[in-house]
Amino acid sequence: MDKPNDNWKIWEVFIRSKNGLSHKHVGSLHAPDADMAIKNARDVYTRRSEGISIWVVPSEAVTASSPDEKEPLFTPADDKVYRHPTFYEIPAEIGHM
Amino acid sequence: MPDAYRKTLIRQISQHAHSEVVGMLPEANWITRAPSLRRKVALLAKVQDEAGHGLYLYSAAETLGIDRSELVGDLLSGKAKYSSIFNYPTVSWADMGAIGWLVDGAAIANQVMLCRTSYGPYARAMVRICKEESFHQRQGYEIMLSLANGTAEQKQMAQDALNRWWWPSLMMFGPTDDLSPNSAQSMKWKIKRKSNDELRQEFIDKTVPQAEFLGLTVPDKDLKWNEEKQGYDYGEIDWEEFYNVVKGNGPCNKQRLSDRVKAHEEGAWVREAANAYAAKEAKRKADKVQAA
Repeated sequence: MDKPNDNWKIWEVFIRSKNGLSHKHVGSLHAPDADMAIKNARDVYTRRSEGISIWVVPSEAVTASSPDEKEPLFTPADDKVYRHPTFYEIPAEIGHM
Repeated sequence: MPDAYRKTLIRQISQHAHSEVVGMLPEANWITRAPSLRRKVALLAKVQDEAGHGLYLYSAAETLGIDRSELVGDLLSGKAKYSSIFNYPTVSWADMGAIGWLVDGAAIANQVMLCRTSYGPYARAMVRICKEESFHQRQGYEIMLSLANGTAEQKQMAQDALNRWWWPSLMMFGPTDDLSPNSAQSMKWKIKRKSNDELRQEFIDKTVPQAEFLGLTVPDKDLKWNEEKQGYDYGEIDWEEFYNVVKGNGPCNKQRLSDRVKAHEEGAWVREAANAYAAKEAKRKADKVQAA
């Protein structure tokens, strides 16, 4: 069987909706280059007006934190409760702050 | 990740992807013969959606470290399985109604459950697919409504489609729990969150009232409301037929496979053109940089 798309990278697709502030990851696809990745992303991931802006990133460019390192990476923040507004007592007379 | 978990997910997700892609064929059959423009655009959009669903699922499978070309190769060589419901022929326009209503209905029951599956990329694909799938079922039910409320001939056509698609739709949920080889392990790993029989019961209880609303008869003489269990008792499924179709002896197995192979071969020029265009653009960019 022919393998003409052996060089087709996997691209991660991010879409920002009309009222959205950030691009959201919606999935991935194969394409031979970035421009065609955008066109394919438009065809597959915006059929229902999901967005007005597309980013495509080669999968290989994404580095993910390791699930095994969840504890050392994220537990240091867990006990720093003073970073949250609820740690601070504001008198009721002040109203909302 | 345990190797067995990875392997079973690759098998399940790729089979699901193959089912979407092969599933385009029975309905694509009627696009050129849709009775109105509204029906035609809806059916075309549904079939396009199925291609997209296949894509989401192949992409999810690839996150487990398997190559897309290997998955596609396994389908085209006949090695890989896909849902046996798609090995049945679509003999009338009413089949478009029955498929959207029953086959997509059964798929939705399974897919809603899978939105909570333990593997993230698979669950996320399911969430997206479920959103899109409800249009498919509504499209099918609308067709059934039109036919059931039409001429006597149209109503008979709808009844005939229901007669042919009811039992195969129930078989979509797989063997009974006690005879399902993969189920126990899948439930333990939280890949599967509800059993085959549970989902099948859910589907029947939801769908029978829909058939009654259409004024059609479900082709099961043993179908009966059970007040105690608050659900329907139903007749024996013909498991011989099920295993026969799974084995490859269904009415359309050979045709489905040859159609897929043909589509792949006839589509080679598109892949080649895309590669040629990419190469041309890359060269154009490189030349521009050099000239600057």
